Amino acid sequence: MTSGGSVLEARNLKKHFPVTRGLALQRTVGWVRAVEDVSFVIRPGETLSLVGESGAGKTTVAKTVLLLEKLSGGNLLFHGKDVSQFGRAELREYRLNVQAVFQDPWGSMNPRMRVKTIVAEPLAVNTALSKQEIQRKVLELLAQVGLRPDQADLYPHEFSGGQRQRIAVARALALNPQLVVLDEPVSALDVSIRAQIMNLLKDLQTTYGLSYLLIAHNLATVRYMSHAVAIMYLGRIVEYAEGDELFEHPRHPYTKALMSAALPAHPDDVTEEIVLSGEMPSPLNPPRGCHFHPRCPQAMDVCREVAPVVTQLGGSHQVSCHLY
Amino acid sequence: MEPVYRWPQPLLQVDDLRTYFYTRRGVVKAVDGVSFSVAPGETLGIVGESGSGKTMTSLSLLRLVPQPGGKIVGGKILFEGVDLLQLSEEEMREYRGSKISMILQDPMASLNPVYTIGEQVAEPLRQHQHLAGKTLWDQVTEALRLLRIPSPRERLENYPHQMSGGMRQRVVGGIAISCRPKLIIADEPTTALDATIQAQYLALLKDLQRQTNVAMIFVSHDFGIVARMCDRVAVMYAGKIVETATVRELFSNPQHPYTIGLVNSVPRLDRKVERLASIEGQPPALLNLPPGCRFAPRCYAVFDRCHVAEPPSIEAAPEHFAACWRVA
Repeated sequence: MTSGGSVLEARNLKKHFPVTRGLALQRTVGWVRAVEDVSFVIRPGETLSLVGESGAGKTTVAKTVLLLEKLSGGNLLFHGKDVSQFGRAELREYRLNVQAVFQDPWGSMNPRMRVKTIVAEPLAVNTALSKQEIQRKVLELLAQVGLRPDQADLYPHEFSGGQRQRIAVARALALNPQLVVLDEPVSALDVSIRAQIMNLLKDLQTTYGLSYLLIAHNLATVRYMSHAVAIMYLGRIVEYAEGDELFEHPRHPYTKALMSAALPAHPDDVTEEIVLSGEMPSPLNPPRGCHFHPRCPQAMDVCREVAPVVTQLGGSHQVSCHLY
Repeated sequence: MEPVYRWPQPLLQVDDLRTYFYTRRGVVKAVDGVSFSVAPGETLGIVGESGSGKTMTSLSLLRLVPQPGGKIVGGKILFEGVDLLQLSEEEMREYRGSKISMILQDPMASLNPVYTIGEQVAEPLRQHQHLAGKTLWDQVTEALRLLRIPSPRERLENYPHQMSGGMRQRVVGGIAISCRPKLIIADEPTTALDATIQAQYLALLKDLQRQTNVAMIFVSHDFGIVARMCDRVAVMYAGKIVETATVRELFSNPQHPYTIGLVNSVPRLDRKVERLASIEGQPPALLNLPPGCRFAPRCYAVFDRCHVAEPPSIEAAPEHFAACWRVA
């Protein structure tokens, strides 16, 4: 992977959380390796998705990208430059350029602020625009996400979930960011509203050349939205591919199991029945060898002892599995 | 050949059920004239979005509508021929957890954190079947074994917090099945679970049904779950059932514009979709509903009549009903 033409590149990201015991004299008794050696590239105008179940570490990756969590190791490169070397001004620039939309728009909005104030806040804080200019820009942003000008005076509770998510998108776009982190942006929404928001996000991407880092668990949503997909399991990326490759030729047994677990779009759809036994082990005490081996239907002796390395399968396809 | 589901005597027959909420701002007709039936061993899916009335319908079946404010104001719920709405509260308790039981979304809300899971699975058996001693604990272990909880005997002593989300939901399933009910109502039972755990749980419920021939009502917002689990489907919108059909018929030949929109707005895993169709607008508030069809403001096929009169349920094909003037 090179940094040529990348908005954001992650190189061997690590995030370890200490596990402590004791109240006054805390001592560290172990480490949760939430993210371990995660690398990826996000290109201009493209969407990279991180897929996995709870505990896979995908949200922790998103938090490190948003600089909400300090890295325990590895580097983030923004347009090829190491974020950890950034000074105040560059960090500020980075924060303006990397915005986020979260799953629950309720949790990310002040219920006492009118929509126009919510959307105007990043502009008022970060730009030197006049009041009139801000107001004009806010109405423009609301129009872009499909809200009417008269709705600017309402409060968040006066909107449905889908509309609130539109407001969150408008606020994220206020500063013309290059990268937007989308953390499960549609999973809290109703079925008929999900398609509206996904289409809106895709349209905005085309119009403004935005890059997205999409965190999601629903594979069909991911296929619709993404240019590249990384499947995570217990803090690591186990498979990565661009375009439709991953959906048409999944290689890692975990990816295959996830695809099989995805619900059918029609009762006559037959999926290969792979029901995994057991559950994701605790990241505090991950199994030796390949982290997936206790649940893997194709586990071999070597899997119990040796952690697999990344194997290139041709094209963009990469997998970490002893089968390849 | 399309299999045709012709069920014998229904186990459950719901006629014109109405559950209203009396609020300061007016009457909310959460369930407004809903009729359907479930045959023994059959799985019926009730799908709808939030506010469609699907959960209130399922709570009404057990007469567990939230109080105060909520009230079943009309209709019949015939279970094995007995109208549950005519029973005394005492008599109704004999049905809950015994002949009809329920699995809800969040297992932590269904389980009591200060009792062992053994105690909690034993409770309905003590209450309804007056079991005690060895017979009781054998039955409890059997219920947990049916839900494939590993080493059930040892697990009896565990508390809910000692188990994972998937295991807790299995315990809830064990409680539901313990008295060998005729009907299980499962309201979004896997929404809180991860994808691979959800697949385990759904496979388990299917197996359970094969072994015990229990009928199920699956309440969900997810068409995928319906496609995998159900024999027949009822689609709800704004307090009414807008379409019912066998599951194959509904997915292959949807009639109501709302169902058509929903089926087309779900992204596909098995193929590349360039652009999803979406239903514009949002469901109406249930206070002060407009006259005519409730879906009319969002419908792409709307015409004059839709704004004037509410469409009745019309038979579009054998055993396929849609409440839409276009079908007439």
